Amino acid sequence: MSNNIVSKLKRKKIEEVIKTGKRMDGRELLQYRDWQIKTGFLEKSEGSAEVRLGKTHVVVGVKAGIGTPFEDSPDEGVMMVNAEFTPIAHPTWEPGPPPDEAIELARVVDRGLRAAEVLSMEELGLVSGEKVQMVFVDLYILNYDGNLIDACSAGALAALNTAEIPDLKVSKGEITQTDKKKKLKLRAHPIAATVVKIGDEFIVDATVDEEEIMDGRITVTLDENGNVNAMQKMGAIGFSVDEIKKCINIASEKAAEIRAKVMAVTNG
Amino acid sequence: MSKTRKRKTSKKWERVDGRKPDELRPIHIESGVLPNADGSAYIEMGRNKIMAGVYGPREMHPKRLSKPNQGVLRCRYHMAPFSVDPRRSPAPSRRDMEISMVMRDALEPALFLERYPRSVIDVFVEIIQADGGTRCASINAAAVALADAGIPMKDLVAACAAGKYENNLILDLGDYEDKKGQSDMPLAYMPKFDKVTLLQMEGIMTQAETDEAIKMAVEGCKKIYEIQKETLKKKYGMVQGEAAAAEETPEEEPESPEEPTEEDKPAEEEEQ
Repeated sequence: MSNNIVSKLKRKKIEEVIKTGKRMDGRELLQYRDWQIKTGFLEKSEGSAEVRLGKTHVVVGVKAGIGTPFEDSPDEGVMMVNAEFTPIAHPTWEPGPPPDEAIELARVVDRGLRAAEVLSMEELGLVSGEKVQMVFVDLYILNYDGNLIDACSAGALAALNTAEIPDLKVSKGEITQTDKKKKLKLRAHPIAATVVKIGDEFIVDATVDEEEIMDGRITVTLDENGNVNAMQKMGAIGFSVDEIKKCINIASEKAAEIRAKVMAVTNG
Repeated sequence: MSKTRKRKTSKKWERVDGRKPDELRPIHIESGVLPNADGSAYIEMGRNKIMAGVYGPREMHPKRLSKPNQGVLRCRYHMAPFSVDPRRSPAPSRRDMEISMVMRDALEPALFLERYPRSVIDVFVEIIQADGGTRCASINAAAVALADAGIPMKDLVAACAAGKYENNLILDLGDYEDKKGQSDMPLAYMPKFDKVTLLQMEGIMTQAETDEAIKMAVEGCKKIYEIQKETLKKKYGMVQGEAAAAEETPEEEPESPEEPTEEDKPAEEEEQ
């Protein structure tokens, strides 16, 4: 990807090691770093999750609010996913408008959740055409060491799965707050798994160094029934149809593993 | 409709516009439609009406975005406010920015960017009217526009979507099928290398359906590829004919001043 002399040397070294079936940090090609997932650690958010995947560290906050529905879906609630690349996360990240990568991250995570119909949007409707409940999912990157999509996807699912939003009463178009909260009901549990191609080899859970020198990657989001909910190919290379199949197979297996970890934490 | 078709059309199910499941919408591409651009193409794919323009390779502005050892491909996908219902703001949305990115990733494998250090190739795409599958139609037009700009390419890039609608796998989703369907999977493909350069998907499909949809989209791309080639041949066939005629003429003149053939005439006129 980037083309300075340092990354060419880096690429050579990383490629050499990967050809031996190992990674620079000693992992297998298809092995994730250790996951640490914590939920419900923020009092003022309706849902929260902290995910550490190796040195990658993200916080996902779910906030609920009341807003106006979109014109073409007057009775449906609104879910929005946004990613924030904070300058404390990496030396090359700067304050300012979100870079393309942040937009892509948010949209890929969003697409997985939306396509799997995770939230029942009709249940979030309040007053037709006027008021609906909004669910904001903010992906906050605190330390960047690669594989943000998988970390954020797992974090978003964990945060949503433990979120409790205000139980609002509606009568004659009037919305009244109650003290009660209700759990967000999730209809599916999609998880994104990203397969990275370096040379002829495929790896998962790439570090920042591996991402810098990778040729391309395919993210596949799958639900618990093994259905594909979203895919996204990135990087300026082509994949053969067989390679895509291979990526889907790898992602399918890995997504199931990650989901088991997320569910173990959130169903406590 | 006759039912004697040998292709398996799933029972009596029909698409909203009466197409076969694996049938593309009518496609019309024209190249060299913008006089100011180095290369350009206009595509109609169904009711999509899209203009693509290529400028470059040229100096990169701002300079800090240039790369010392290779050129940069920069894509801008943009929708006209009147291209959709209701009107949309002309400011670029997050969707536009993402599509610009994936378009770049889809087209870049076809180029020799290492030949243009410090330079940029700009691909601008304007959606005049949107009818579902705009990113694929844009890639189809952009690939032709790049070729029209005379930029050496490893292959053309063709794109179309496959997806699932009312439990049937279908090719080249129209606007309605895109919005009401169960899944949509845009895909771009370089036939010469058998490589997929754009792959996105949204919806719910089993893994077997996903595999099938990929195959379907690849076949669709191959058909579009032929249309792209025809478009370029149509324009350059004429130019080539003229050039060949112009080359032959001076050699023939000293030896035997034959009557000019019909092909020679327009070429000679052009030179004077």
